[in-house]
Amino acid sequence: MPPDIEAVAEQVFVALADPTRRAILAALASGGPATATDLAGRLPITRQAIAKHLALLTLAGLVTAEPGERRRVRYRLRSAPMQAAQQFLAALARDWDGPLGALKDHLDREAREPAAAPLHGIPGH
Amino acid sequence: MGFPDRIERTVELAHPPAKVWAALTTAEGLAAWFGNEAAIDLRPGGAAWMKWNEGYNAEMRVERVEEPRVFGFTWHIYGLPEGDPRRTYVEFTLEPDGAGTRLTVVESGFAQLADEAHQKAFDGNTGGWASELAELASYLDAA
Repeated sequence: MPPDIEAVAEQVFVALADPTRRAILAALASGGPATATDLAGRLPITRQAIAKHLALLTLAGLVTAEPGERRRVRYRLRSAPMQAAQQFLAALARDWDGPLGALKDHLDREAREPAAAPLHGIPGH
Repeated sequence: MGFPDRIERTVELAHPPAKVWAALTTAEGLAAWFGNEAAIDLRPGGAAWMKWNEGYNAEMRVERVEEPRVFGFTWHIYGLPEGDPRRTYVEFTLEPDGAGTRLTVVESGFAQLADEAHQKAFDGNTGGWASELAELASYLDAA
């Protein structure tokens, strides 16, 4: 297993645990790259607080800083760490108990009614 | 290790392996308990799919066919963007258990890190969109 995928996912969850950082990430996701000043105009948070959170998010690799207009730094969301977190969530959300229960019911039903048609026919076939 | 790479479940079924095998590896079987519709080309490398009435669907690639003991396929990791190349591997193992079957399902590969090439491709893609939008803007400006 790659040694650092868990660390990558953890940084995403730490970032998302804070409502201000969630708001910043959501603003970058929906509106694209923005400067700290842009974000201060859109969110009910001081520019200083936004700059502090952006520095943390940059260190964690969740946003990247790039040169913008008038020598202002623009911040862009990095999607790769989000994908590591999505995989973690995919494992938690994977439900085998439901389908395996349905398999058991299907086999029991079939044994009781061997000539019965399958429960779900394929339309048009 | 907090990141689950594999999920494993075992169920005891009161039916012989041949019945369970048919439920797992035929379109009729899969459509009766797993999806609402299904199709399968049962050979290694063969394609299979399932559809659900809720609008979901799953594309699978058959990997192992050892009747009536092992059936394996890969599929897309649910929840990742479409087109993401990462897949998990699902393997069903059927063991005779008296008159019934002990069925084990293992799904593995959740803890893959995107390889660097894919990561580059993805970052390249977001950059690509930005530059394509910039090209569109300059094209419209020139017109």
